[in-house]
Amino acid sequence: MAGASTKDVLMDFDEALERFEPVLGFEVHVELSTATKMFSAAPNPAAPGADSTVPNSFVAPVDMGLPGALPLVNAEAVRYSISLGLALGCSIAPSSRFARKNYFYPDLGKNYQISQYDEPIAFEGSVEVELEDGTTWVVPIERAHMEEDAGKLTHVGGATGRIQGADHSLVDYNRAGVPLVEIVTKPIFGAEHRAPEIGKAYVATIRDIVRSLGISEARMERGNLRCDANVSLRPRGQERLGTRTETKNVNSLRSVERAVRYEIQRQAAILAAGGTIIQETRHWHEDTGTTSAGRPKSDADDYRYFPEPDLLPVEPSFALIEELRAALPESPVAFRKRLQADYGFTDAEFRDIVNAGVLAELEETVAKGAAPAQARKWWLGEILRIANARGVDAGTLVSPLHVSELIALVENGDLTDRLARQVLEGVIAGEGSPEAVVAARGLKVVSDDSALIAAIDTALASQPDVLQKIKDGKVQAAGAVIGAVMKAMRGQADAARVRELVLERAQS
Amino acid sequence: MTDLIRWTAAELAERLGAGDVSSVEATRAHLDRIAEVEPDVHAFLHVAGEAALTRAAEIDRLRAAGEAPSPLAGVPVAIKDVLCTSDMPSTAASRILEGWIPPYDATPVARLRAAGLVPLGKTNMDEFAMGSSTEYSAYGPTHNPWDLSRIPGGSGGGSAAAVSAFEAPVALGSDTGGSIRQPAAVTGSVGVKPTYGGVSRYGAIALASSLDQVGPVSRTVLDAGLIHDVIGGYDPNDATSLQQAWPSMAEAARRGAAEGSLAGVRVGVVKELNGDGFQEGVRSRFAESLERMAAAGAEIVEVAAPHFEYAISAYYLILPAEASSNLAKYDAVRFGLRVDPGRSTTEQVMALSRERGFGPEVKRRVILGTYALSAGYYDAYYGSAQQVRTLVQRDFAAAFEQADVLVSPSTPTTAFRFGEKVDDPLAMYLNDVTTIPANLAGVPGMSLPIGLAPEDGLPVGLQIMAPVREDARLYRVGATLEALLEAEWGAPLLSRAPELGRPVPVPGFGTEPDGGTR
Amino acid sequence: MPDASLEITVADVQHLAGLARIALEPGEIEHLAGELNQIVDSVRKVQEVATPDVPATSHPLPLVNVLRADEVGAVLTQQQVLSGAPDQQDGRFRVPAILGEEQ
Repeated sequence: MAGASTKDVLMDFDEALERFEPVLGFEVHVELSTATKMFSAAPNPAAPGADSTVPNSFVAPVDMGLPGALPLVNAEAVRYSISLGLALGCSIAPSSRFARKNYFYPDLGKNYQISQYDEPIAFEGSVEVELEDGTTWVVPIERAHMEEDAGKLTHVGGATGRIQGADHSLVDYNRAGVPLVEIVTKPIFGAEHRAPEIGKAYVATIRDIVRSLGISEARMERGNLRCDANVSLRPRGQERLGTRTETKNVNSLRSVERAVRYEIQRQAAILAAGGTIIQETRHWHEDTGTTSAGRPKSDADDYRYFPEPDLLPVEPSFALIEELRAALPESPVAFRKRLQADYGFTDAEFRDIVNAGVLAELEETVAKGAAPAQARKWWLGEILRIANARGVDAGTLVSPLHVSELIALVENGDLTDRLARQVLEGVIAGEGSPEAVVAARGLKVVSDDSALIAAIDTALASQPDVLQKIKDGKVQAAGAVIGAVMKAMRGQADAARVRELVLERAQS
Repeated sequence: MTDLIRWTAAELAERLGAGDVSSVEATRAHLDRIAEVEPDVHAFLHVAGEAALTRAAEIDRLRAAGEAPSPLAGVPVAIKDVLCTSDMPSTAASRILEGWIPPYDATPVARLRAAGLVPLGKTNMDEFAMGSSTEYSAYGPTHNPWDLSRIPGGSGGGSAAAVSAFEAPVALGSDTGGSIRQPAAVTGSVGVKPTYGGVSRYGAIALASSLDQVGPVSRTVLDAGLIHDVIGGYDPNDATSLQQAWPSMAEAARRGAAEGSLAGVRVGVVKELNGDGFQEGVRSRFAESLERMAAAGAEIVEVAAPHFEYAISAYYLILPAEASSNLAKYDAVRFGLRVDPGRSTTEQVMALSRERGFGPEVKRRVILGTYALSAGYYDAYYGSAQQVRTLVQRDFAAAFEQADVLVSPSTPTTAFRFGEKVDDPLAMYLNDVTTIPANLAGVPGMSLPIGLAPEDGLPVGLQIMAPVREDARLYRVGATLEALLEAEWGAPLLSRAPELGRPVPVPGFGTEPDGGTR
Repeated sequence: MPDASLEITVADVQHLAGLARIALEPGEIEHLAGELNQIVDSVRKVQEVATPDVPATSHPLPLVNVLRADEVGAVLTQQQVLSGAPDQQDGRFRVPAILGEEQ
């Protein structure tokens, strides 16, 4: 059985690096957020706000390979792809065309994928990636090409919901035909100990680029951005590249780092023991932090590419390319520099944000009205703490809009920090917006003085000695009463206001 | 046989317009004829029956209200089963699509309906349009109305037989390497393959996407033009559809027939498409037609097309390659036949379903195409074939420098007998030698009847080809020649076809794909 | 003696049938191997004139840039999507296990 049943032997990471040089490569698939699919006028499930939960409801004839149906290229997807190619520093091909990649799989309606093969729309570029210590690394880009996504399989009847051991599978073609750009790097040499970090930073940069271009929702947890990580090792001093594995399903920034590290350690152990690496697809398992063997590459991978006869070459004009080039947003590195200045963060403060992978979230939170310092406090504080505890990316927990709303509630005095943390819990648990959680859980600060006064009078009456001390001018004695009142109000009161009222009532 | 079914579409349209006859009457007459001759001919896989009469009645009401959607409204039409129809099974004569009803109409069908034509049913063909005889239909062959022991051509033998047997005045076909023109030639009817991109391919079940083209099948050049005008023109649903204004083909045909002269027309005879291996009677009738055209003022020139001899080889690489990919969608997952013996994997079920669902010729071509595209062979086969395509286009370009239209016999022989070539793929493939170059280059071609071969009394066709986008020339020249020949014969060639409908015992046909509504 | 000119062996046809997902019977494979060799022998003729200076043509007419505006158009209903399904469950197409037991 293919799977994680056998436990991989791992070599210590430092030792692995001492003996072998890692060579990396990445294939990142970006789902474009156009209104319609790559080759049909069906709505695109990867468009902002699309709800494709009803299976097979976002399907045009060509998406499911109905006889007689024909594909038509989405002009906006072409523009998005050119913009992305330019942002990756690529040349845009004066003529590029589509090809058919032929293989049978039930999630592929036509049993061929329309992709670009020998004539991609963008080629030869590079991306500057910022590492945790603030230095930059240049990742060489081989190509970026347009293609279509496949449908979704659900495996039924097995113990784990995985393909292994399933009794049957169900196919939903909503995702079939979603526009994709696949970005392929050249081999990345010299990464050494920083290989896992470079992987993570590269994917984060691609995410930032597509977000700044506004061409994808770029939510890794939703599959808008998917990463395949290629890793090979070669013994120190060897010229020839080692056999590589392609790890799929690496769907968070954290996982990119972990998967690269894992493959280095696993391959090193095999090579050190005199074994050979099989050229194969491996699957990353987020839960166990391991990879397992998928399909070995073989002669059966004969995709019989040929030019797609139903479609014609795409030949973007010079004017179009220059128009799109002029409209490019600044690079992520330049953008960060500007943002740091705007927000007034120190280098160290800003680097923490970047390294936590929440810059985009923070930026959006500020855009929704929060003060940068407050936004930073929440994203790097409570939210990051919960994300780390759960082993997920912070951005997957809560939306920037909700964070900004939460901050506003605190600023208005409707919530104390402590209450706000409870509200955040509720939002993360899916109970709705901060307002909704406040209402449902009854967490609002009690600002009704009469309720406070009643509680204060009760507390003062039960502690006559304290009351006397306050009357005698020993104001610090009020602390005991304030504590009792806060307890009675279950924390939902503004302590400063309680203090004012306690002093007032004690003197009356 | 009533006169009504002998009328051409143009004549019928005129009488419908004048109120001499209703669409219900015309439709019923054709349905009656179908009932009468189908046991002999088997041109149809599905007959619309009541649905056709209902539509005809609707058209009659519209016409009575002065709202006839077009001059052709109420004229019955037969549709090749390769075209998707939302109200009739669309099987491409394959087991694997038995009973499948698409959720849409092919664009040419939708345009016929919008013009008020009345679909009579779906016509037989070689499975997925692979073949030249209809013997590869999964539902049994169609018989040639001229001689029931002979093939009606293919793949569109059903449409050609339907119009020649007077079961329908006009029909739709599709032509990938001759599937409209070759059946027209061997049944004494007219068929046109338009310029590639002239008629939308949307909803035509694909065989080879870069070669397929939908076109009209009829008994006269004018009728073909009338249908061409309805189905042709830009369709945004097909990326390869040509975005341009087209002249009226019917107008060109009327002009050609009226002029009766070919003065100033340079007719190029393609040296490579006539000669050894062509039947004697085909060659003699072809030679006579050239004389007739010359007599009518045409300038006859011989043109060379040195790469046409490579066309058939290129075609039998390109077609199977594209077909192997186009036919991958028949996998028992979303529609069509599923063979599941139980306890099988998806892969096994796909492979078994395709084994049972596809006939021998489909398997042969799918495997051949898979080979031509496979790693290590692509350049030698598919790649080389695409280069030959360039050479064939250059030959056409050079030839059209010297001539306005090119001509050749439509087929090397008249209709052959059932079984003669069915087990010899190479011999079967050679039937298309004359028609294939036009598909490779995308140029339009027409076949029209030019007489009977003396040795067997069977129809012979002449092929006319024009430069891309110049389809109107086919109609202009074709209609002139047709008029000259008919004047000489005194009647259309089809009037010489034997009477049908007598009780002739015919070997059993296959099961109907829709469960037998015929 | 094996005929060296026989380019396509029975094993090749078996492999091609796998790629094309057709469960050919052994008899069919034998038969097809013979036919394919004949056909390939004949169509190999294209190589005689396919010299490097000749460009390939994949479309009959040289059109480019046929693009569609990014506007939502007609979409099938779930019922239409599933109307031809050999098997379905919960609004999805149902297929047998993708991996066999030994996998």
